[in-house]
Amino acid sequence: MNEMRVGVLALQGDFGLHAKALEKCGVEAAEVRKPVELDAVEGLVIPGGESTTLLKLIEAWDFVPAIEKFHRAGKPLFGTCAGLIILAREVESPRQFSLGLIDVAVERNAYGRQRESFEAPGVARLDGVDTRIEMFFIRAPRIRRVGPTVQVLAEHRGEPVMARQGSVLVATFHPELTDSTAIHRYFCGMVGHPRVAA
Amino acid sequence: MSDLNGLRIADKKHIGLAEMLKGGVIMDVTNAEQAKIAEDAGAAAVMALERVPSDIRRDGGVARMSPVKKIKEIQKAVTIPVMAKARIGHFVEAQILEALGVDYIDESEVLTPADEHFHIDKFAFRIPFVCGCRDLGEALRRIGEGAAMIRTKGEAGSGNIVEAVRHMRAVVSGIRRLTTLSPEELMTEAKNLGAPYELLRWVAKAGKLPVPNFSAGGIATPADAALMMQLGAEAVFVGSGIFKSSDPAKRAKAIVQATTHFKDPDVLARVSEELGDAMVGIETSKLAEKDLLQTRGW
Repeated sequence: MNEMRVGVLALQGDFGLHAKALEKCGVEAAEVRKPVELDAVEGLVIPGGESTTLLKLIEAWDFVPAIEKFHRAGKPLFGTCAGLIILAREVESPRQFSLGLIDVAVERNAYGRQRESFEAPGVARLDGVDTRIEMFFIRAPRIRRVGPTVQVLAEHRGEPVMARQGSVLVATFHPELTDSTAIHRYFCGMVGHPRVAA
Repeated sequence: MSDLNGLRIADKKHIGLAEMLKGGVIMDVTNAEQAKIAEDAGAAAVMALERVPSDIRRDGGVARMSPVKKIKEIQKAVTIPVMAKARIGHFVEAQILEALGVDYIDESEVLTPADEHFHIDKFAFRIPFVCGCRDLGEALRRIGEGAAMIRTKGEAGSGNIVEAVRHMRAVVSGIRRLTTLSPEELMTEAKNLGAPYELLRWVAKAGKLPVPNFSAGGIATPADAALMMQLGAEAVFVGSGIFKSSDPAKRAKAIVQATTHFKDPDVLARVSEELGDAMVGIETSKLAEKDLLQTRGW
């Protein structure tokens, strides 16, 4: 697939950095601001941002049925930080609506406020290969529960921080803030070889 | 800690939070009730302050950091980031805001300056700062002091977009100019701008600032927000424009939509309908020099 187009939900957040990372991987990145624009992309990144804001814009533009349909078609989704919160099955503090496309429970702002934001080195298992990564946790959520068919791809202090279930990839941190494109490459691999959603 | 050409700038995690606010609207609020309205309307963050700029302008007196009790109430009321303003050079107000755990400090010309010579050393803090600027030199000086986000100043509390436009154009064209200079011209440019040389070299090569650049000061309508975004702002701050209008919740929502869909005139037309009255606004060219807020700081 040479002309692979991956969308980045561009309602609010660091969508520009995701688009740049995707382009470094050699795929075309398209900003998505309306549901109809999903028809033209084969994968979708939901970026970091403020999940409350993102959720309001997602609802205002009727993105919920469109993303569900996108998922049913087996097209991959990748959510970082706020994007994870949007995709999770359950969200706490506060409880709020989410798409429920990956079987994890997340707690919002679970490390604290910006004063408690931090960076840490880590290792992600990508296609069976341990890959060194840099992780930025910014007012980050924590994954409090993972379902039995969810694969944990990276941990921080024994807790899952990156996970995948079928065609849905999530991270509590921000690979788009780093120079490494390893995780975006992995996602592009998922888009290039989509599997039917579990 | 991150560095550019050996020059220290703000921590990447702090610049990162500014990245997360891009495409969003940061709304001035004075209490928990307003903060909730802002969050419900889709604000990406709220800015706590004692009085909105247009009231500071009207009532005069010394404008200070928001009362601690109000900040705590606002923090309790919302889950989005809470920023708060400190006076220029008032590093103890900043220390208090850090102790309270606010997510960003705005060292702001809207408040009465505490120091006429020095801005706060922003590297001394564990939380990030946003600072105002009127041109590229001022932006680079603040980044050199450790600001993790820049916002053009505009003229706060005026409801008039003209100064915001002037300042954004000055920054954007200043950056564009740098990219056209030859290496031997850069030191003179650094001298003329009064900006750190290493930072200037980095910007000349990258064609952008090393931290996000937002717009503030005078945004009163969805069209104003979209104008600033089209001119190169990466997000917008709205102060008096929301809570001095006739229907704050509706206007706040419309400005959020306009900031996301800033390139889509059909959306802008739709969200601009039936908004009620905007704040009245001031002809800034009729303001006396002493009444300008933008000239505070350097």
